[in-house]
Amino acid sequence: MLAGSILLFLLVVGLFLATVFVPRFGRSISPRNWIIGGGIFLPLPILLALTFYALWQGEYLLRGGGGFPLQSPLRVEAHGTMWQWRFSYPDIRGATPTSGTLHIPTGRTVEIRVSSSDVIHSFWVPRLAGKIDAIPGHTNYLRLRADRPGRYGGVCSEYCGTGHAGMRFVVQAHTQEDYLAALAEEGGR
Amino acid sequence: MSRSGEQHRSPVASHHALERIWETKPGWGRLAAVNHNTVGKRFMLTAIVFFAIGGILAMLIRTQLASSKSAFMDAEQYAQVFTMHGTIMMFLFAIPFFEGLAIYLLPKLLGTRDLAFPRMSAYGYWCYLFGGSMLIVALLGGVAPASGWFMYTPLSSSVYSPGINSDVWLLGITFVEISALSAAIEIMVTILKLRAPGMSLDRMPIFAWYMLVVATMMVIGFPPLILGSMLLEMERAFDLPFFDPTRGGDPLLWQHLFWLFGHPEVYIIFLPAAGAISTILPVFAGIPLVGYRIIIAALVSMAFLSFGLWVHHMYTVGIPHVGLSFFSAASALVAVPTAIQIFAWLATISHGTPRFSVPMLHIFGFFFVFVIGGLTGVMLAMVPFDWQAHDTHFVVAHLHYVLVGGFVFPMLAGIYYWLPHISGRRPVQHLSHAAFWMVFIGFNVTFFMMHLTGLRGMPRRVFEYPPEAGWEVLNFISSMGSFVMAMGFALIALDFILIFRFGRPFRRNPWRAGTLEWAMPTPPPSYNFASLPIVDRRADLLEPDRLGPLLASGQGYLGFTRNGRMELLGVEIVSGRPEQVVILPHRTYLPLVAALTTAAFFLSILFKLYWLAPLALAATIIVFLGWTRDTALNHDTGLLAIGHGQALPSHIQAERPPSWWAMVFAIIADITAYVSLLFGSLFLWISAPNWPPQQGLEVGSAVPFAVLAVALGTIVLAGRMASASGRCRAGWLYLAVLAHAIAAAILVWLALFVAPDPRTHAAAASAFVVLLYAALHHGIGTVFAGYGIWQIRKGFVSDKRNLDLRLGEIWHTYSALLGAISALFPVLLAGLISGGSP
Ligand code: HEM
Ligand SMILES: [Cu+2]
Ligand SMILES: [Cu+2]
Repeated sequence: MLAGSILLFLLVVGLFLATVFVPRFGRSISPRNWIIGGGIFLPLPILLALTFYALWQGEYLLRGGGGFPLQSPLRVEAHGTMWQWRFSYPDIRGATPTSGTLHIPTGRTVEIRVSSSDVIHSFWVPRLAGKIDAIPGHTNYLRLRADRPGRYGGVCSEYCGTGHAGMRFVVQAHTQEDYLAALAEEGGR
Repeated sequence: MSRSGEQHRSPVASHHALERIWETKPGWGRLAAVNHNTVGKRFMLTAIVFFAIGGILAMLIRTQLASSKSAFMDAEQYAQVFTMHGTIMMFLFAIPFFEGLAIYLLPKLLGTRDLAFPRMSAYGYWCYLFGGSMLIVALLGGVAPASGWFMYTPLSSSVYSPGINSDVWLLGITFVEISALSAAIEIMVTILKLRAPGMSLDRMPIFAWYMLVVATMMVIGFPPLILGSMLLEMERAFDLPFFDPTRGGDPLLWQHLFWLFGHPEVYIIFLPAAGAISTILPVFAGIPLVGYRIIIAALVSMAFLSFGLWVHHMYTVGIPHVGLSFFSAASALVAVPTAIQIFAWLATISHGTPRFSVPMLHIFGFFFVFVIGGLTGVMLAMVPFDWQAHDTHFVVAHLHYVLVGGFVFPMLAGIYYWLPHISGRRPVQHLSHAAFWMVFIGFNVTFFMMHLTGLRGMPRRVFEYPPEAGWEVLNFISSMGSFVMAMGFALIALDFILIFRFGRPFRRNPWRAGTLEWAMPTPPPSYNFASLPIVDRRADLLEPDRLGPLLASGQGYLGFTRNGRMELLGVEIVSGRPEQVVILPHRTYLPLVAALTTAAFFLSILFKLYWLAPLALAATIIVFLGWTRDTALNHDTGLLAIGHGQALPSHIQAERPPSWWAMVFAIIADITAYVSLLFGSLFLWISAPNWPPQQGLEVGSAVPFAVLAVALGTIVLAGRMASASGRCRAGWLYLAVLAHAIAAAILVWLALFVAPDPRTHAAAASAFVVLLYAALHHGIGTVFAGYGIWQIRKGFVSDKRNLDLRLGEIWHTYSALLGAISALFPVLLAGLISGGSP
């Protein structure tokens, strides 16, 4: 997409400069062909291809990346309030809710149920997935998947008041083996 | 006497005679200005002042973001600053600036003397000035709106923004929008009706086509925002829960209403600029614009498409992916009409013999910057990409590439091109080039970096960011670039001043253009043309140098004065055949007074002095009614001579005068608001949580409905009988007053006493507002009917002079229809509720 854009940009600006500064440039092309060629035949195929690719890519991301998952996704909940995120783990018996840090296992698709009870926030972990809004009165779902253990930074990306810039959180990905232990330890604290 | 005009006078004598009628008086008289030259320049100058204020705020933003933990502003101050920056740039700079340009230019390009409703333009200007000042005063007082320029609720609701900050936005912007809406209606009517004889639609200068499309979009696009603002203000002031999810409201309703306006808004801002390019570029290419018809087709398709794209601002709110892909495809498709225009311009240059000059330099700036903005726009239209980039600085970069590329650069080209027209002086070129390059380079340095910070995850609207995020260097470069750009803008402002001071005067048509605005002395006289031109070919292929002296010596139409009246020609819409003599009302202080009472209305709501609001509203209506007396006639007139041996009826006796069309367009705008309201309520039923309401919707019994039906029928009948010829017009109008009053009373009674308390649930609140909406229209109906009675009494009405009664008839019929739908709507809603949720 980036390379294509650079090409198109150079094409249009180049054409502008050429028509202005190179005498008789493009005179042999009839106005009609200029318009039909550049205005319709140039953009249409590109847009068509791009739109379908985006649709396919969107479906892929909605599954949380990866192939069709065999395992059902692990469900967790993210609840935004002014100005912190609270996470709970309905699929894991006895897990206590955490705030500011979301613990997930690696190699498994996680389905996050995103909600809010005050204003609109938006849940975003740039390195793992796109964003989804937390809207009071609605629940939204986002799937993501971390293949490697580690800390992934997250932010609130919808303006939600003076604490917006500080409404950060961390997604901590643990290997499958460590995961339960990490959650239990979190509860013990 | 009325035939004094037929003998020719010397150009100088005719100039003095016309100037005496059309000019704006000096001193206090300036406040009474209604002339489009004055009002247009005021709009542009005021918009430039707001641009400077918005620009200073932008510098504050960039200063804050130059380092990671900046102590320059705190979060609250930063929120006010970015909200006001966006709000000022969109509502107080971009829209009013192009309105001013259109107000100044259109009558000249179309070959006429003024706009259709000069008093309306003056009123619009004062509304803009007062509404805008409200926002600036709030900014200085530290109580400016702080929820972002799209004011998402619940953050902007009374719970999370308890101060008056949000009210300032909702009321101030609505105030300004009134001016935009009235300007839009006026521009539509002017383009359709007030052209030079012979200028058929397909001979119009291309700028008029652009503005016709833009004005139509405004008439349809602004009402949803005005409605949304009123609903949110009602929620804040009276606790009607339209957007409160705990009581059946939905924050998403606001987002839909806002973007239903907000997306077309972007094209509303871009198209006038594109129109300027389509006008200027062919002049420098030395040949007429290529692809006139396909450009018009592209414009119209763009207008249609732009109303189907708003959801691309809402990809992350949880709408199903398949639904999003439709909007994504439509968003990508807009690139096609845009590309058509761009390639038509390229074809024009390539087939001409281009000259390079300062306006062309800015058009180069447009090509360079706008194309990048367009390409990032296509990227953002792709759903998965937007999931990443949405609400980051990538979007900030994109929107500035589009707005600065697609509006600021073309408008700078336009200013450099038309400043000689306004000032009568040619540019001195020394500064212009340096200033352009500073703005151009500064701009690209500033905003290119934001693409990168955005892609690296920097959200927008953050007042600080962690040092370890690694955005600091890029942000610092960006801030440096913005200071270079600011200096460039300062140089441009200086350059403009220098043109006025030191520019060389010129005789006529400095750019060798082919459009009518150059067929007049510069600076232009208040009446534009001493006599009106006759157009026999496309109106960008004319010869101003030949036409100018001809028109000045009175050889066109209406080359004389008659009874001190301001006269111009109204034409048949499609063919441009002259059809009526339009008589405009004179300069007056009334628009200023009306704007002051309107300001009193908005301020009384802002400060919760609710008893004052109806008084201010009534005062405004009375002042409005006072406007009409200037052109009223108490006797029928015969045909009026227009020169060249032809004679036409005055507009008062014409079938379809400008005010008739204005009424139609105003009702279209009103219908848009009403339909948004109905669909908004249905949207809540479909989407909002906590439906159905606990308490069922009580809708009233058969008796009041029967009385209402009779009243509505009476209104329609009485309106029709009063405007048809006959003796007892006044009698019918008395009946109409009574029927309107009864209808309004029943609707209010249903709203207040039958429907459940509107504060309990959004369903009840919707029914409440729908009923009051119709009641308000019946209230206005009584004013129309009462005004008709007064006119009959004064002898202003006859079988030929029944225009105001015909306008009244349109209103009576329309309000009766609203009354019926509004009374039935709660029944429908109740049925849907008891039928369960969908
Ligand atoms: C003169 C140079 C300008 C600079 C340096 C500038 C800078 C900025 C920056 C840095 C932001 C992002 C603030 C944030 O999200 O934290 C912003 C937002 C914005 N700017 Fe500009 N801007 C400029 C001109 C304009 C112009 C000409 C327009 C429109 C015609 C405009 C419209 C907006 C809008 C609508 C926003 C969004 C405000 C919001 O998030 O509520 N800006 N600007
Ligand atoms: Cu936030
Ligand atoms: Cu948009």
